[in-house]
Amino acid sequence: MVKKFFERFYVALILIFLYAPIAILIILSFNGSKSRAKWGGFTLKWYRELFKNESIMNALYTTLIIAVLSALIATIIGTAAAIAINSMKKTPRTIMIAITNIPMLNADIVTGISLMLLFVALRYTLGFSSVLISHITFNIPYVILSVLPKLKQLNPHTYEAALDLGASPAYAFFKVILPDIFPGVLTGFFLSFTMSLDDFVITHFTKGPEIHTLSTKIYTEVRKGIKPEIYALSTLMFITVLLLLIIINRKNAEKKAPVSRV
Amino acid sequence: MTDNKLINLVNITKSYGDNVVLDDLNLYIRENEFVTLLGPSGCGKTTTLRIIGGFETPDKGQVIFEGKDITKTAPNERQVNTVFQKYALFNHLTVAENIAFGLKIKKKSKEYIKDKIKYALKLVNLDGFENRMPDSLSGGQQQRIAIARAIVNEPKVLLLDEPLGALDLKLRQDMQYELIRLKNELGITFVYVTHDQEEALTMSDTIVVMNQGYIQQIGTPEDIYNEPKNAFVADFIGDSNIISSIMVEDKLVNILGANFPCVDTGFGHNKPVDVVIRPEDVNLVKPEEGIIKGVVTSLLFKGVHYEMEVNANGYDWLVHSTSLFPVGTEVGIQVDPFNIQIMNKPESEDEEAVELEI
Repeated sequence: MVKKFFERFYVALILIFLYAPIAILIILSFNGSKSRAKWGGFTLKWYRELFKNESIMNALYTTLIIAVLSALIATIIGTAAAIAINSMKKTPRTIMIAITNIPMLNADIVTGISLMLLFVALRYTLGFSSVLISHITFNIPYVILSVLPKLKQLNPHTYEAALDLGASPAYAFFKVILPDIFPGVLTGFFLSFTMSLDDFVITHFTKGPEIHTLSTKIYTEVRKGIKPEIYALSTLMFITVLLLLIIINRKNAEKKAPVSRV
Repeated sequence: MTDNKLINLVNITKSYGDNVVLDDLNLYIRENEFVTLLGPSGCGKTTTLRIIGGFETPDKGQVIFEGKDITKTAPNERQVNTVFQKYALFNHLTVAENIAFGLKIKKKSKEYIKDKIKYALKLVNLDGFENRMPDSLSGGQQQRIAIARAIVNEPKVLLLDEPLGALDLKLRQDMQYELIRLKNELGITFVYVTHDQEEALTMSDTIVVMNQGYIQQIGTPEDIYNEPKNAFVADFIGDSNIISSIMVEDKLVNILGANFPCVDTGFGHNKPVDVVIRPEDVNLVKPEEGIIKGVVTSLLFKGVHYEMEVNANGYDWLVHSTSLFPVGTEVGIQVDPFNIQIMNKPESEDEEAVELEI
């Protein structure tokens, strides 16, 4: 009994530490008063003002476009790379996996600064496209990471069986391989989308002066003094990412179910 | 079976790195033949099959199909279909969609495909399984779907890569009969790969025994069993007594110091040879009636027969007999002359791996 109580208490403590700041943010986003110390009644005013604020809405639009595009392109490139890596011999495969894993472990600030230096060295104008390219770059490893295990599970003969039955290599890929690895591809896409949505550091270094994503926008706004719209915006971002994570986890759970059936 | 050569493998060589899997292999397969490639793992049998299917390209040599060179032809453009070892069904498609896969690519009409699915499922005794998913089926059922998926395309040749390897004994025996029936009903050529000698003996018209990338012997199951060309074949196909002996003269061989009459000629005088005697061909008689005397050292009841070991003249003879001789009994050993198979001793590794034509 006592042990159980302490177990629960401990978990509760961890969850409070993790989520109390976010909870406060969410509460403040509904606070009628501008003060952070006083509760001025429940209001949706900040949300209304948020949607009226053109520069924030522009930033949101840019963020979403970059997230969708970078996730999509990274998914295509990453899936192709995963297939290539999977068919390599053992040593080159291990090396390739290590090389693609490093950018994930690398500090964002290093990635961000090096990308910026690269763009500057190539005299590439910083702006929308440089941010997009950067996001694609750091998303590819996540796609590879989620597609590779699916490829490993694949019976290597299914592709050959499709060819054997008269399918062209492309037809065999789209009809046989892709449906089998699709859960992994989808996970990779959502993971990339979330990473892109979430990114501040790399975007901060690779964006030009004209362009803002939500995170960089919030950063500049905060420097001028925090407005409650920002709480509302942060709340919305948190909920979006939360929803995406739930979708990814459910996808994985669904995929596990038929395995246990066998 | 006709005499028409459907597939002809000419001087096929294939290696992976330093590992030579096939060395100058020559083999032809006649139309309507059930050919089994038999050998231990790593003997090159699966590679041979994959070369016929188009999944591997030989380093040297040609694959001739109906007189045309198809060495470089892609698998999807060959008139052969394969049944893979682990079925390789498409798990996201239903049984019917799996079977229809090849037909859809060939743009057959809906009615034709529907009829074909029905026909194929009937042929493999799985009527009414159209809408099941592959992972809801047992191993044997999946294997039959894999066969159905291959045969609806009406291939000239069906390649089977150890298709029964993953099934249990009873199911395997049932499937052997099924395969023989299928072959007779469809009238197509089967090329079958296995390491199971019993499977090979049961089903084949022709067995190709392979070892270390070389063909050891090609022949009917009876030929291979009764007249193995060398010690490897004799040893691989069933139990046997392989004894180093001396061919004294035509029709007389000295085995372990005693002269046995035999029927083989042309080996020369006093030439060292290998003698193969199948355990069921060793007759145990009274000590004074035998050519050599021995003592029974072990006895096992095997159901159909007793398996005994008889130590005679320093060699443990493996004997299968329906009559029982308890351990310790003194017995005489006698062998009918036509049951003694004489083989030349291999002079080198290479000669052991002789290549032969049918």
